[in-house]
Amino acid sequence: MKKLMIAASCALAMLTSGAHADERNLRIAFDVPYEPFEYKDENGDLTGFEVDLAAAMCEEMKADCEFVIQAWDGMIPGLLARKFDLIMSSMSITPERAERVLFSEPYYNTPGGWFGPDSFNADVTDVSAMKGKTVGVQRGTTMDTFVTEEMSGVVTIKRYTTADDMVLDLEGQRLDVVFVDYPVGEQTVLSKDGFKEVGEAVKLGEGVGVAMRKRDKDVAEEVNKALRKLKEDGTYDAIMKKYFAYDVKV
Amino acid sequence: MPPDFIAAWLNRNEIFTAMTIMEYWDGMVTTVQLVFLCLIIGLAFAVPLAILRTVKNPFVSGPVWLYTYIFRGTPLLIQLYIIYYGVAQIPGIQETFWWEIFREPFYPALLAFTLNTCAYTTEIIRGAIISTPHGEIEAAKAYGMNWIMRMRRIVLPSAARRAVQAYSNEVIFMLHSSAIASVVTIVDLTGAARNIYSRFYAPFDAFIFVALCYMVLTFILVFVFRKIENHLLRHQRPVGS
Repeated sequence: MKKLMIAASCALAMLTSGAHADERNLRIAFDVPYEPFEYKDENGDLTGFEVDLAAAMCEEMKADCEFVIQAWDGMIPGLLARKFDLIMSSMSITPERAERVLFSEPYYNTPGGWFGPDSFNADVTDVSAMKGKTVGVQRGTTMDTFVTEEMSGVVTIKRYTTADDMVLDLEGQRLDVVFVDYPVGEQTVLSKDGFKEVGEAVKLGEGVGVAMRKRDKDVAEEVNKALRKLKEDGTYDAIMKKYFAYDVKV
Repeated sequence: MPPDFIAAWLNRNEIFTAMTIMEYWDGMVTTVQLVFLCLIIGLAFAVPLAILRTVKNPFVSGPVWLYTYIFRGTPLLIQLYIIYYGVAQIPGIQETFWWEIFREPFYPALLAFTLNTCAYTTEIIRGAIISTPHGEIEAAKAYGMNWIMRMRRIVLPSAARRAVQAYSNEVIFMLHSSAIASVVTIVDLTGAARNIYSRFYAPFDAFIFVALCYMVLTFILVFVFRKIENHLLRHQRPVGS
């Protein structure tokens, strides 16, 4: 009986591995909701720019993909712990992150935007004009890095975990101006009365890339190849037009 | 000037640079300020409140009971959110002088922490006061002491001895509770660790270091309270030791 069971399980293992021999299994992590990049629609289905792009990429790579939902704070630890294989959740490429994970080529870059009350009239590109202002940023974003490097000592920087808390403090006049990812600012700040965009939106950093474990160099190669293909054959543009009125392509 | 091997070690790693160490140090200063101030103010209010709480008249003890019930019955995090974000939503608050105080995160956090620790301390001291042996009070009455003198000479000193151990726990809890100040943009020890963590994505390095900082602070508190206990409870030591 025991022998039979071992034989059966061996056969099963061979069968299953045979069936998927040329198909890679990939688990892709998203942090939802982050409209319009990844969120759940009214039916509860995962959708958004990055989700559609991930699906197109998987098709291109002929990979069997599973989408995983993971909160932002546990993203990189979860990837390193093999809970999933790819992060496609608007993770900007930074040198500090590149120490821990392997990034693909960038697949989009949204600008950072300055948003403040209608009464705000300082020039955000002029560091000396910003003297004494209180600026809100989301902790660890490229906007945080930019303000920290360019303006620390001149302005007071307040760092927030969530955009909601930051917008509350902007409304409560504890902040003079916030510097956030443009789509986030557009949804949270501009949707309120009495607030406006200040100055020009700035493209910061290299953009957003797919994050992988450092040892998965072969996956990175395939991902890059698939992304390049999608950008060339118009699939990327079609997905982008579905979600954005402006250009995010890099 | 640090020894060479520390300098060499610091040069090789990216997370413990002179800049991040300064951030941790500033965070430590903020934590100590915040906790020290809220404990001192909280204790100063807790003693009279505890006395009022033991008064028989319900119109005197009732409000104090309600206050301690509310602040011990809700999480400190919620109290902090209400005082920091809630107050900013009151229409017109920005035009009053109160805004000068509530604009900065330090004072709302100090207020929340003080109200919270004061409520706990009030109950600790009240417990110590009502467990004063009846004989001590009777003896004091027999000597002709009035209520004020009884409080000052008999009840409060003996209550202090009974309260000090429970109070040392409250002080350590308060130090650890102060970690939530970082949710309202205060860069205390935890806030510094969160900033550094989000920059380097190295949770172990950032948080274990900050845990060690809290342990050092706790060690100092334990040491100080042992000295105070030794002083207050010296009559309990065996003769000759």
